[in-house]
Amino acid sequence: MSVITVERKILEKNDAIANEIRHSFQEKNIFSINLVSSPGSGKTSLVEQTINLAKDKFNIAVIEGDVQTSLDAERIGVFNIPVVQIITNGSCHLEANLVKDAYKQLEEKEIDLLVIENVGNLVCPAGYDLGEDLKVVIVSTTEGDDKPLKYPAMFRNASALVINKIDLLPYVKCSLETLRKNALSINPNLKIFEISCTKDTGLNEWIEWLQSHLKK
Amino acid sequence: MHELSVAEEIVNISRQYLPKENNVHVKSITIKIGRLSNILPDSLLFCYESLIDNTPLNGSKLIIEEIPIRINCMKCGKNSETDHISFLCPNCNSSEIKIESGTELLISEIELFENNLE
Ligand SMILES: Nc1nc2c(ncn2[C@@H]2O[C@H](COP(=O)(O)OP(=O)(O)OP(=O)(O)O)[C@@H](O)[C@H]2O)c(=O)[nH]1
Ligand SMILES: [Mg+2]
Ligand SMILES: [Zn+2]
Repeated sequence: MSVITVERKILEKNDAIANEIRHSFQEKNIFSINLVSSPGSGKTSLVEQTINLAKDKFNIAVIEGDVQTSLDAERIGVFNIPVVQIITNGSCHLEANLVKDAYKQLEEKEIDLLVIENVGNLVCPAGYDLGEDLKVVIVSTTEGDDKPLKYPAMFRNASALVINKIDLLPYVKCSLETLRKNALSINPNLKIFEISCTKDTGLNEWIEWLQSHLKK
Repeated sequence: MHELSVAEEIVNISRQYLPKENNVHVKSITIKIGRLSNILPDSLLFCYESLIDNTPLNGSKLIIEEIPIRINCMKCGKNSETDHISFLCPNCNSSEIKIESGTELLISEIELFENNLE
């Protein structure tokens, strides 16, 4: 009978690959964000709008994560910017090794901002570092104002919160004030944006924030 | 459902500790999971059991120690422990807190046993 002391992080392999990725991004002066939300909150819509408004200002590339399809990459493809689709085949979150492989296809490109759209899920992606600089979480008004309290880990780890679909506020039971208060009770340092991707509201502030983080 | 990926990593890491002797087996693997790690213990156990069939870890038990959330308040200095997820100091309601524990996700030890009847 013997006991071996291990004391190793279960996700150490993912963390090690994420650090490798972070190092490559740093060398190339790429600012990267990991975009997370529930399914359908507007991740791809925000990426589309960001490209629309900023593609003449700086170079954007996108890595799309999806469980099953390449539909999101097809939406981004029409903008003529570098995009790579990762299909996770059922897995509910992106892992660093998938991002590392996807990035191989982008290595030669000139990139200032790399957006990684995670799989739509507010739980599982929280524990997986992808080597990004910052996590941005999106909540849309149709999801209600209690989401930060229900998925605290995600809000705790994020640097910014995009409240999307504010054009729908008149039709849904969701108070911006409560949503803000709930989010800040989980993470007082969250930078909060109020946006409508379909009505082009609040996007300039978002673009300026991105621009202020660029490394070159 | 990231319990499956977590269970796979537990198996991968634990296999590195398998003894060479044929009569030594893994009795149990003890892991620590913090309340903030978003892992459902029952679901993790289920995934683990289904992965170890036909592997040298077959028959081993996964022991899960759940670690509570401990926060240290930077305003009033009080330490507190909670099982429900909150990032406010229960004493003074301040949000300026440090998380001392609760985010763990690690393998702490592996217990082996010898079967001399084999
Ligand atoms: N009314 C309104 N609808 C929006 C807004 N932003 C996105 N939508 C709609 O919401 C739906 C989902 O948007 P997507 O951008 O595909 O959401 P997503 O988060 O990328 O979805 P998944 O990748 O499937 O998780 C689409 O029908 C969008 O047109 C908005 O600001 N207002
Ligand atoms: Mg999408
Ligand atoms: Zn306090």
